[in-house]
Amino acid sequence: MALSREQIAQRIARELEDGFYVNLGIGIPTLVANYIPEGIEVMLQSENGLLGMGPFPTEDEIDADMINAGKQTVTAATGASIFSSAESFAMIRGGHVDLTVLGAFEVDVNGNIASWMIPGKLIKGMGGAMDLVAGAENIIVTMTHASKHGESKLLTNCTLPLTGAGCIKKVLTDLAFLEIKDGAFHLKERAPGVSVEEIIEKTEGKLVVPEHVPEMTFA
Amino acid sequence: MSGFNKVVNSYEEAMAGLEDGMTVIAGGFGLCGIPENLIAQIRKMGTKELTFVSNNCGVDDFGLGILLVDRQIKKMISSYVGENALFEKQLLAGELEVELTPQGTLAEKMRAGGAGIPAFYTATGYGTPVGEGKEVREFNGRKYIMEESITGDFAIVKGWKADTYGNVIYRDTAQNFNPMAATAGKITVVEVEEIVQPGELKPTEIHTPGIYVNRVIKGSFEKRIEQRTVRQA
Repeated sequence: MALSREQIAQRIARELEDGFYVNLGIGIPTLVANYIPEGIEVMLQSENGLLGMGPFPTEDEIDADMINAGKQTVTAATGASIFSSAESFAMIRGGHVDLTVLGAFEVDVNGNIASWMIPGKLIKGMGGAMDLVAGAENIIVTMTHASKHGESKLLTNCTLPLTGAGCIKKVLTDLAFLEIKDGAFHLKERAPGVSVEEIIEKTEGKLVVPEHVPEMTFA
Repeated sequence: MSGFNKVVNSYEEAMAGLEDGMTVIAGGFGLCGIPENLIAQIRKMGTKELTFVSNNCGVDDFGLGILLVDRQIKKMISSYVGENALFEKQLLAGELEVELTPQGTLAEKMRAGGAGIPAFYTATGYGTPVGEGKEVREFNGRKYIMEESITGDFAIVKGWKADTYGNVIYRDTAQNFNPMAATAGKITVVEVEEIVQPGELKPTEIHTPGIYVNRVIKGSFEKRIEQRTVRQA
């Protein structure tokens, strides 16, 4: 079975380490905050200028001056700091964020990512995504493995305009966890009940498959 | 006005001198920390052919979105503009020009503009449509594109408190682009919730020193919320 949104978030959460500063993109990446393992401390960075994002406010706590990068009302966690957009992107661009998680339309064997623009459709903008992928050393891209029509999103070459070139090393799809190196996807783990054959079939770009591909387990 | 007193008492005075075709840098992220009354004043003045440098373009009936109604905006330099229908319509009709700029690059363009730095190199956007036609240089084995800084004829800024000398502090994440915008205008106008006497704000807590600020006005604010998300108490 393909992973659910919650399982994708749970799997990503296993990549968190004690003391990590983490930027979570909009959508599934945001759910990772619900699965931070017990006993470790993580601080969430929101690129509008908040380091140490807390949970959503209660009705009484709502404050129009306190939002996250998704423009949602939030709170500040204990030990948070708040700063300007220039400072925020200095952290991001300067490589100070330990882990970035974001969605994408396509990735390819050279670590290119396309996530912001579909020609012919209305282009809303890249927001902070280009800065995030250019600045981070440790990025996990999360996406469905193939489109609804079965077309692979893990490609030899991205077909859509890029968000960043050569910057992606880890991809978690609904079917598999893969690493990108030496011009290929390397299959590391598969979703419970998903066969290696299905992953091979749905991966257009070069795929390296080891003899044994462990199955992910979820509590 | 005398000495360092930057306080003006009407929005007409606050935006005096704004003319057709000018470039205006605006603070704010989404609808958070936007100079909502200064924008409303521009609507009232009917100034046209304006270029706005702002992360977003408001929503249909609030923020910069209200300037689309009478087609006062010629061009937007922004990172994300997806939140309003009129914007989409004018863009598709070719009545509005958009220069999409990565958010961090946009912040740095303002910061550099205010700091007298004409251009800088960044890895952001290299190998993407943003990098097309821009100078590329390699430093320590990595490729960077040259981005030019931005200054404006006006900067419009939303602060929390200012003293009469134009020293400003911002509240929570309503800070966002405001401090950079404040540095990058030939005329910088700051609207705030409270004006205090010099000395009442601690020197160490000032976000924007008064040297960048030309006019300060006290306003009252709607502070609309774009995405109201709550948890159960």
